[in-house]
Amino acid sequence: MAAYIVRRLILTFPVLLGVSVIVFLVISLIPGDPATAILGNFATPENVENLNRSLGLDRPLPVQYLTWLTGVVQGDLGRSYALNRPVLDEVAERLGPTLILASAALFLCVLLGVVAGVWAAVRQYGWADRIITLVVLVGISTPSFFLGILVILWFAVRLRWFPTGGMYDLFSDGGVRDLLWHLVLPAATLAVVATGVVARLTRANMLEVLRQDYVRTARAKGLREGAVIGRHALRNAIVNIVPIIGIQAGFVLGGAVYVETVFQWPGIGRMLVDAISARDILLVQGGVLVVATAFVLINLVTDIVQTALDPRLRTG
Amino acid sequence: MFPPFRRLTRAAAALLLGAALISGQPAAAQVPPDVLVVGQIAEPQSMDPHTVTATNDFRILVNLYDGLVRFKPGTLEVEPALAESWEISPDGKTYTFKLRQGVTFHDGTPFDAEAVKYNFDRMLDEAHPEHGTGPFPLSFFFATVTQTEVVDPHTVRFHLSEPYAPFLSNLAYPTGLMVSPTAVRNEGGDYGRAPAGTGPFKFRIWESNRQVALEANPDYWDGAPSLRGIVFRPITDGNARVSEMLAGNLDLMVEVPPDALATFRDDATYAVQEQEGPHLWFLILNTKEPPFDDVRMRQAVNYAIDKETLVNDVLQGTATVPAGPIPSAFAWAHDEQVQPYPHDPERAKALIAEAGQAGEIRAKFLVAESGSGMLDPVAMATAIQADLAEVGITAEIETYEWNTYLGMVNPGLEGRAAMAEMAWMTNDPDTLPYLTLRSDALPDQGGFNSGYYSNPELDRLLEEARRTTDQAERGRLYKQVQKLVHDEAPWAFVASWKQNAVTTAQIGNFQLQPSFLLNLAKVTKG
Repeated sequence: MAAYIVRRLILTFPVLLGVSVIVFLVISLIPGDPATAILGNFATPENVENLNRSLGLDRPLPVQYLTWLTGVVQGDLGRSYALNRPVLDEVAERLGPTLILASAALFLCVLLGVVAGVWAAVRQYGWADRIITLVVLVGISTPSFFLGILVILWFAVRLRWFPTGGMYDLFSDGGVRDLLWHLVLPAATLAVVATGVVARLTRANMLEVLRQDYVRTARAKGLREGAVIGRHALRNAIVNIVPIIGIQAGFVLGGAVYVETVFQWPGIGRMLVDAISARDILLVQGGVLVVATAFVLINLVTDIVQTALDPRLRTG
Repeated sequence: MFPPFRRLTRAAAALLLGAALISGQPAAAQVPPDVLVVGQIAEPQSMDPHTVTATNDFRILVNLYDGLVRFKPGTLEVEPALAESWEISPDGKTYTFKLRQGVTFHDGTPFDAEAVKYNFDRMLDEAHPEHGTGPFPLSFFFATVTQTEVVDPHTVRFHLSEPYAPFLSNLAYPTGLMVSPTAVRNEGGDYGRAPAGTGPFKFRIWESNRQVALEANPDYWDGAPSLRGIVFRPITDGNARVSEMLAGNLDLMVEVPPDALATFRDDATYAVQEQEGPHLWFLILNTKEPPFDDVRMRQAVNYAIDKETLVNDVLQGTATVPAGPIPSAFAWAHDEQVQPYPHDPERAKALIAEAGQAGEIRAKFLVAESGSGMLDPVAMATAIQADLAEVGITAEIETYEWNTYLGMVNPGLEGRAAMAEMAWMTNDPDTLPYLTLRSDALPDQGGFNSGYYSNPELDRLLEEARRTTDQAERGRLYKQVQKLVHDEAPWAFVASWKQNAVTTAQIGNFQLQPSFLLNLAKVTKG
């Protein structure tokens, strides 16, 4: 198992390198340059050229990439043009909020998704199943930025139960309570789609497992229904649900871009949106590199958990 | 109920209950009663006034810093600030300023002639040790300054290479705000995050995407503010800004989406303010190539566009119709006699026929997706396209993202398009026509005359106006500029933006300025 983890970890480096090359190329393909973004309306072609030269953006792409990569290896992600501060500082500051938001959403999605899925499967074609299926369908089909606006209007502006946005009250010293209070709406909004997916696939997997012979055997042994569902069916279905949750973790991280913008959550997603419109190449690269690393790690953890749960996979 | 279920449902219930308990707390943020919370449109770039170009940043900066002069409240005329008085030499090439005494920067550095010299040298002299803390994109405002001379500690003299009347207005603009030399030397490239000025408020803290907080400067030379502090919050999404205002978390918000203005107008707990500024939204017409190389075709475009409907319906009354290249906010330079082109499709058709254009006229039309000062560029383009179709001009819209767009329009329209949208906000009537309509301002000469308009008479008027230091005389010249450009129609003059802001009813002494700056020194709360 340890060797497996080490092997997977080593494999992540070429993946990250590939990601960084792709990001670098894609960003250089976006029209418009940082100099135009910095100079605004006053960007004469001559000034643009001068500024691009002083930013080192007139050099060939491979040279720019290698310079960047050399820095990265030494722990230096460069300096953001738009914010005029080290990329590493900015990214570090933004990573925490995104992780908090994404984990809260993932927690909600696993909890509610699995419960709803199991419940629907056990009561197949009952009223609970029908309602859950309907709610899930609506949840999956609602774009999170739209849902976010509705949620703000209803729960923050009209009812005033929760704050409209941000991570802490402006004049509070922070604290877990304040954080949780700000977290409810964005995390719930972010969790909706993923919860729907998890619920649906949990239901499908449970239905399949419930038809298996060992479940019938368990029932025939006279086990209580609860034990049959929990100990025999769910435990076997969960092996297939874990990778789904892993994929949802990735989606949640991606969806954070919209939700962070709507709820003014000070995370990486919102940073990336701002950085892209400012053509802040180094900041985009730094942000994407961090998000990509997170993706790779999530994948790794998912695989490890699945392997641990299912002995059959260990031989592979 | 099955055991694992019961456990899970219990957890879910606990979570919901927890959420309900937390939400049971009063939702109103604990904003101190004497701190003003302002909803901004974006995260600022820097608190270094010489390095930024965005109105969003300027709104904060004018509260941290002073310039030698400033705009008189409610006008675009200059009045003394850090300079108490000034003299202009008869040839218009030397400006001597007497500085206010006893003023110190927030970091304790005395404000004197050396400090003024430091500010301009940093921006203009490439050999200056702190020139690298730039770039200084608007330093061309002071391009005519050849030398800044310290006459005595309280007198500073600027030597200009040629007479340059907009100099005073440019000094009043944020690019002319005075930064503390000590702070720049100490902070270097990080100065933009640790600023020190002489203004009514001192810098307190900048938390990315949360707030820029300022606190009152009790020793301010123009009287200590009544507010204890100001908090600027970046809220990029217009609707999010509105919901923050409705939820009671803001005292003041700027750039209210037109849809939401009515909501605030109808509610007595809010006050809506509007103010016209020196903003012009226009179509650059390519005067070098057909069809707009003919003045009648250009006039036809101006007659064809139904601007009243556009500003009232598309922009929902957040703009007015301009009557030429000099916005009416420059009251002293604006000619009331010149009227905007009326909507007259018949007249437009007649002019087109007179120009000998038969059949379908195709015109490629560059459109921005968004952008600084661009209002609602796509919707406006569509409306213009429909109006032009009515008189037989087929505008073929091509849409680009703002940065890309600037990269296409600023190098000139030749071979690329017949027309393009553009918007400028300026602080002096000289800036826009001088940079965009002069014969010597063609793109390959470093100017913004992307439509290649050239008229020796206009060139003469503009040169004369910037050499004249007498304001009444300058005003007379700009009125001629306005008439001439209006008639020659190198552009279609479409809209002048009325900036807006909403405050809660308890905010007093707040006034939007035609300069688009947000001076909060005298504002009261409660």
